Amino acid sequence: MTTRPTVALIGAIVVTMGIVELLRRRTRHADGWRRFFAHPAAAWGLRILVFFTIAALAAPLLAPFDPNAQPGIVTLQNTAPSWTHPLGTDLYSSDIWSRLVYGGRVSLGIGLLATLVAMTVGVTVGAIAGYTRGWIDGVLMRLVDVGLAVPRIFMLLLAVAYWDRIPLLTLILLLGLTGWFTTSRLVRAEALSIRARPFVDAARALGASPIRIVARHVLPAAAAPIIVSAVLSVGNVMLLEAGLSFLGFGVQPPTPSWGTMVADGQGQLALAPWTSFFPGLTIAIVVMSWNAVGDALRDAFDPRPEQM
Amino acid sequence: MSEQAPLLSIRDLKTYFVTGAGAARAVDGVSLDLYPGETLGIVGESGSGKTVTSLSILRLIPEPPGHIMPGSLIEFEGRNLLTLSAAELRAVRGNQIAMVFQEPMSSLNPVFTVGDQIAEVVRVHLGLSKPEAWIRAVDMLNQVGVPDADVRACEYPHQLSGGTCQRVMIAMALMCRPKVLIADEPTTALDVTVQAQILELLEKKQAEMGMSVMLITHDLGIVAGAADRVLVMYAGQVVETAKTEDLFANPQHPYTAGLLASVPRLDGGRGSLTGIPGSVPPATDWPSGCRFHPRCPHAWDKCRAQEPPLLDGPNPGQSARCWLVEEPNRRKAP
Repeated sequence: MTTRPTVALIGAIVVTMGIVELLRRRTRHADGWRRFFAHPAAAWGLRILVFFTIAALAAPLLAPFDPNAQPGIVTLQNTAPSWTHPLGTDLYSSDIWSRLVYGGRVSLGIGLLATLVAMTVGVTVGAIAGYTRGWIDGVLMRLVDVGLAVPRIFMLLLAVAYWDRIPLLTLILLLGLTGWFTTSRLVRAEALSIRARPFVDAARALGASPIRIVARHVLPAAAAPIIVSAVLSVGNVMLLEAGLSFLGFGVQPPTPSWGTMVADGQGQLALAPWTSFFPGLTIAIVVMSWNAVGDALRDAFDPRPEQM
Repeated sequence: MSEQAPLLSIRDLKTYFVTGAGAARAVDGVSLDLYPGETLGIVGESGSGKTVTSLSILRLIPEPPGHIMPGSLIEFEGRNLLTLSAAELRAVRGNQIAMVFQEPMSSLNPVFTVGDQIAEVVRVHLGLSKPEAWIRAVDMLNQVGVPDADVRACEYPHQLSGGTCQRVMIAMALMCRPKVLIADEPTTALDVTVQAQILELLEKKQAEMGMSVMLITHDLGIVAGAADRVLVMYAGQVVETAKTEDLFANPQHPYTAGLLASVPRLDGGRGSLTGIPGSVPPATDWPSGCRFHPRCPHAWDKCRAQEPPLLDGPNPGQSARCWLVEEPNRRKAP
């Protein structure tokens, strides 16, 4: 590894530590955030997530090589970790560390964007169902029941089978559109309880429209459970994406994603275990971090004991 | 006052609720007029239909289970509020007709400052920007007698007393200078001393703005002090209407008389108060004939068989839904 990536790596770690430490100090007097940092794994989870986010954003600085370059398909294939290739090279002689850093862009990006799609749909459906009640609520919630009854991975495999090489945006949409069911239930429950409060009647008596009542009274009250379920969803989506990519239905080569990298290495596990091990380890650590942060956020901000 | 055209008139309002025990006729054929600048008191026990009447005016009845029956008319400035579209109705709510509710604490959203919530009204109706609306909100808080209005505007409902919260609710209702203010038990949740202040405030703002007030209460003392005319409701119907002083001096309906007799008076003798025996029957099963006959000390056969219409009483503008108006000699001495 040359000087630039080394310096960039150290820089990324320092910045990560700094950001989390700053956040901890700034929020020392806020009850919720104090409870958040009291969670045993929250701070480390947050550091890991911040680090991989910075790494993904600054991938060109951190990666010593072009992630898709295949400098010596015969001579450099499956080389063990060394100073030049800190995590070794894969079957195609590409540098694994570089692919890992660039793959973070894809994997994290899919996780975040698909969650955004899921939250948008879930919040909209939940708010409509909970606010209008009646038959609209009935229809939407039966739809959600169906969605929850079918395992998500089956739905995804069915949908993904339509494409030969699935475009990235389609993959994101599919992941998002199969992940909004529990969120819509959370928001619906919140909408039902808020709309029964007298201040909603008062707002209606003063001429507020349903959209305004939802935006102003229902969504702020539902913000905490929505954020918690969003954070937990990111980890979940990343895991699904890795699974799909491993099976060859997700991100298509040569675009690096952590899931495809694990798949690339599976053929020579005995020969070159590092090819699958490092991306696999990264997936595990990052997904665990999302879960730890989501869990801590729930403990800190969401008073409900347990969710569906 | 009755020479003027009414600002708001209700004709044959019927609001029914679907319940497991059948249709609850909570409001069953109520007609009333509200004239510009007057205060109309509506009194009655719990379950007499006064709150449902007030909610029906702005169509705030939860539907389902509630339903305003066809044939009802609520006319405000020549328009039937019952046929307006949702958007047209929203333009009336809070703007031309505003409401103040019973529970000031729970009628405010706990997560927003009171200034923000008052400002919201003019942002909805007049489309003002946030800073403009805020200035008006603080000004209105000042006008409703909240000291240090600019500081108070930044506080949350839980930081304020019940009386101050009710002043905030009144400020919200008055932001658009409505023509009609419906106050549904505005002082029930408050201390007696605060009650008087709130009523005084309502009276003062009414005089300044020239609006009409519909004051819904079960407290005859409030009506005596504040209302020009009174409407007594029982079992979903208007049973008596009169000018306040006529009603108190010469009640025609035995129910009105019973209500008056059950209020302690400073100049009354010692001894126990007379109550009205029984309670309001369930709205799913009103009695036949006069709905008050099972509880009425004067009732005779006709009352059980035939429902009386509103009959004109001895004073102008006074009428009562009671056969005694026609046959006063059947009235038993108390």
